[in-house]
Amino acid sequence: MFDEYFCPCYHRPQLVDAHSPTETMTQTIQSPELATQATFTALKCKECGAEYEPQAIHVCEFCFGPLEVSYDYNALRRQVTRESIQAGPNSIWRYRSFLPVSTQTPIDVGTGMTPLVRANRLARRLGLKNLYIKNDAVNMPTLSFKDRVVSVALTRAKELGFSTVSCASTGNLANSTAAIAAHAGLDCCVFIPSDLEAGKVLGTLIYSPTVMAVQGNYDQVNRLCCEVANTYGWGFVNINLRPYYSEGSKTLGYEVIEQLGWKLPDHIVAPLASGSLFTKIHKGFQEFIKVGLVEDKDVRFSGAQADGCSPIAQAFREDRDFIAPVKPNTIAKSIAIGNPADGVYALEIARKTGGNIESVSDAEIVDGIKLLAETEGIFTETAGGTTIAVLKKLVEAGKIDPDETTVAYITGNGLKTQEAVQGYIGEPLTIEAKLESFERALERSRTLERLDWQQVLV
Amino acid sequence: MAVKVLIPTTLQKFTSDRATLECDATSIAELIDSMEQSCPGIKGRLCDEEGKPRRFLNLYVNDEDIRFLEGVQTALKDGDQVSIVPAVAGG
Repeated sequence: MFDEYFCPCYHRPQLVDAHSPTETMTQTIQSPELATQATFTALKCKECGAEYEPQAIHVCEFCFGPLEVSYDYNALRRQVTRESIQAGPNSIWRYRSFLPVSTQTPIDVGTGMTPLVRANRLARRLGLKNLYIKNDAVNMPTLSFKDRVVSVALTRAKELGFSTVSCASTGNLANSTAAIAAHAGLDCCVFIPSDLEAGKVLGTLIYSPTVMAVQGNYDQVNRLCCEVANTYGWGFVNINLRPYYSEGSKTLGYEVIEQLGWKLPDHIVAPLASGSLFTKIHKGFQEFIKVGLVEDKDVRFSGAQADGCSPIAQAFREDRDFIAPVKPNTIAKSIAIGNPADGVYALEIARKTGGNIESVSDAEIVDGIKLLAETEGIFTETAGGTTIAVLKKLVEAGKIDPDETTVAYITGNGLKTQEAVQGYIGEPLTIEAKLESFERALERSRTLERLDWQQVLV
Repeated sequence: MAVKVLIPTTLQKFTSDRATLECDATSIAELIDSMEQSCPGIKGRLCDEEGKPRRFLNLYVNDEDIRFLEGVQTALKDGDQVSIVPAVAGG
């Protein structure tokens, strides 16, 4: 799919950005100790292969393809063992050699190493035998996988000399950027759509960043931020720092391998917004195979979208290799990206691994949130509800083998999107402080259970 | 038909470091040709070998992505603002 046809510069010799190679080299050579630690070598265009110095740039100046960090895998193979990783900190920084930072003191707020839960009750309900939940609903410090990408982006931002950091966000990224910037002592200005869930807005404001609530959807916020990034010298984690930021998601792949006892799963299901997380889990798996940390095995990659914003699922269904942008309309706001930048790469991975990309309705998303909570005691947000609902749909369609070791990635916490489930869950039984009042209420609740009472979605 | 064009940093080497351009054009296709006249080489960056805007590039007329309008045939009128925005990851 990504052939030279798209890229007139494919055959060019590899290019290095002429702007500032000297400064970069000076920065990294200043400390010999740091220089030997860094294993990332360059930024490389995913489309045409042009190479650049690892500065704060994110698109290829020839073909506008996304830039990705490349590493010296021979050095990694020499430097890293399972033992050296296990001896590292209990956070994403145990994988520091695979992340694009050169410092030995990254911003470590305990991000990562979240539980991989054997989900027996959910598995039984769905008809699976080996199901795991990777639970980033309890990631630190802000209860979503975004803490991983932001920890990496802000560590790199400091190395590149930024004093102000920023982002365009559907909520979780804003929470994380504001919190970790506060910890790191960086100035912070975040941009969000003005209709976000209250929990996500409050969960950003508490850290006292400047918050711009933009009257528009996420894609419009992103466009504005690109224009701001052009004129202000800020480090936008998902724009000019994107190559570094997105690498943080690889740790979701590494951790699952390590937590499965240094084995790959057979199948993963993850939510798709921009498609970045999905592709980076794949990259994480491939890197551990490449350096010999895990035995090679085929892993199927399946993606989850909401019907109200499913440009990647639509392209998958229609067997297209391009993404037609859509205007989002779903309760799953954290994954409501109508113009997904990494959508084509997510499509490619799902297809080549024999996975699927499915979408589900808002009602199914709410049911997915409730199902995970009731069977596993995990309260996820709408993105997680989407993942569970798609998992269920794929099992019902016979697209997940019950014997496969399957990992569902839960990327955010339900306390941030309470609006989504309000009206669809039970209510407390208000009683007097008297035994007979309690007994009456208990009898009533048991009657309701016997009647299999439940609220109906409208 | 003066149209204001916002130029991303990546392309400002073609515009003598200017972040905005004023162009005369009645459609996006015409605008790209007009930009090529004043900033030679810029069309080759904006468009692929078939002359279509590159797939990782988003073009907006005022607030609307041209893929929701008429693509490169989207009409422009005096005072319109066109944004050239590379795709970015998010969330």
